[in-house]
Amino acid sequence: MDFNVAFTAAHEALPYMLGGVVWTAGLIVGAMLLGLALGVPLAVLQVYGPRSVRRMVATYVWLFRGIPILVQLYIFYFGLLAWLSGLPGLTGIGLDSPFVAAVMVLGLTSSAYQSQIFRGAIQSLPAGQLKAGRALGMTDGQVIRTVVLPQALRLSIPAWSNEYSILLKDSALAFTIGVVEIMGRMRAIASTTHEPVSMSFVAGIIFFVLTWVGVKGLSILENKVRIAGYTRQGAV
Amino acid sequence: MSQHSENTPILEARNLIKVLGGNRVLDSVNLDIGRGRVKVLIGPSGAGKSTLLQCLNFLTPPDSGHILLEGREVNAGSKKELCSFRQQVGMIFQDFNLFDHLSALENVRVALMKVRGMSKLDATERAVAELKRVGLVDRAAHYPANLSGGQKQRVAIARALAMDPKVMLLDEPTSALDPELIGEVLTVIRALAQGGMTMIMATHQISFSASLADEFIFMEKGRIVEHGSPAELLGKGVGSRTQAFCAKISELTGEADGEFRS
Ligand SMILES: Nc1ncnc2c1ncn2[C@@H]1O[C@H](COP(=O)(O)OP(=O)(O)OP(=O)(O)O)[C@@H](O)[C@H]1O
Ligand SMILES: [Mg+2]
Repeated sequence: MDFNVAFTAAHEALPYMLGGVVWTAGLIVGAMLLGLALGVPLAVLQVYGPRSVRRMVATYVWLFRGIPILVQLYIFYFGLLAWLSGLPGLTGIGLDSPFVAAVMVLGLTSSAYQSQIFRGAIQSLPAGQLKAGRALGMTDGQVIRTVVLPQALRLSIPAWSNEYSILLKDSALAFTIGVVEIMGRMRAIASTTHEPVSMSFVAGIIFFVLTWVGVKGLSILENKVRIAGYTRQGAV
Repeated sequence: MSQHSENTPILEARNLIKVLGGNRVLDSVNLDIGRGRVKVLIGPSGAGKSTLLQCLNFLTPPDSGHILLEGREVNAGSKKELCSFRQQVGMIFQDFNLFDHLSALENVRVALMKVRGMSKLDATERAVAELKRVGLVDRAAHYPANLSGGQKQRVAIARALAMDPKVMLLDEPTSALDPELIGEVLTVIRALAQGGMTMIMATHQISFSASLADEFIFMEKGRIVEHGSPAELLGKGVGSRTQAFCAKISELTGEADGEFRS
């Protein structure tokens, strides 16, 4: 292998590959937010809901944890969303786009994992927090919103940042249904330049930088919202 | 206020029964307390004192029995009624249970805003006044993790007082404190009693509560086995169960004796 050729090829391909970052970022942000928006209520229902609801949430979690992302991408893109977008009233709103399918699959899967992160955090809080809120006359909803979640979400940030890095890597599967994110572009350019190895290196470096930026950002957030004197182990 | 006489108890419990883990933790407990009175619950560990206090505001719902506030039975099945009832009954816990993510001021203020619907400005003003009352206005911005145990308990008392409770339930408010921090909390409790607050308190602080209480209630195995004024139960040569118990724990805690001295 001629390193000069490889380097030049990588250098020339970089702008094109970086164009994929926008799509990857879109996938991640969309999926993390969808996962958060669903994961929080799922966790609350799994802790405080009636037995039947708790069982439904558990089933949901098992489903999305149990089915590989790749399989889900095919089911959603070629099956569910293709069918939905053919229904009257649902045509032309982009339901058949690969990007939408990928955000949904990654987001729903992430919601299953995130719900377990939040559930663990909620259950790690001392029972006295809930009692104190109730004793003041708060409804359970008020206690959950003003006492339980603000604490549980803070505790969840480290695990959430782990979830981010996993999701980032899972997002590389979205190319299989045609999302032109980093991986998709890497494959396209590798086949025209015949430099698959150097292109893989470029993609790898981009993913690594994205992971680092996200994890770093979340750890800054964690410090920002830290409660004075309070650590995961309790008071210092 | 006017629809019932001066003699209507503020809080009344009738025939409370609670079974936990197959044990009758509360076995037909009856209790009532009049305005401005102080009743002290004593008894060995596991007697059911905490369970009784938590049944009184339905944190632990009793299996059967009735709770009456100012002569009116509380219908705990109605969420609205339950929340309004709990606002009128302040509770102090052994381990404080301050909200860990909120400063002292926010701890006192949060229920005023969320439950009472007060504006932030009014709630802050009230919270500052309550912190002043327990001598902690200079700690308003501190988080629980940066307060001493005694300070935490005083913030918890301020938080309960801010809701204008008609009666306060205190579950061993000083048991989790280092000995040198007990005094500051007892001082606040004494001031409350002298200010006319109605209180039911579980405690092992015998001589302190003897100087404060209108009545001692001695519990054992889920039952009230003796009750009466401290003088009746602890006077010289009375020979009550209460006296024997108090003598024993006073020995352990180093109080001079279990006898009542005023
Ligand atoms: N959740 C529970 N499940 C089973 N048993 C329980 C439960 N909670 C309390 N108990 C039992 O109920 C009894 C009364 O407990 P409680 O905490 O009310 O006693 P206490 O008088 O407050 O004791 P202490 O002085 O140690 O605080 C004890 O025997 C305890 O083991
Ligand atoms: Mg107790």
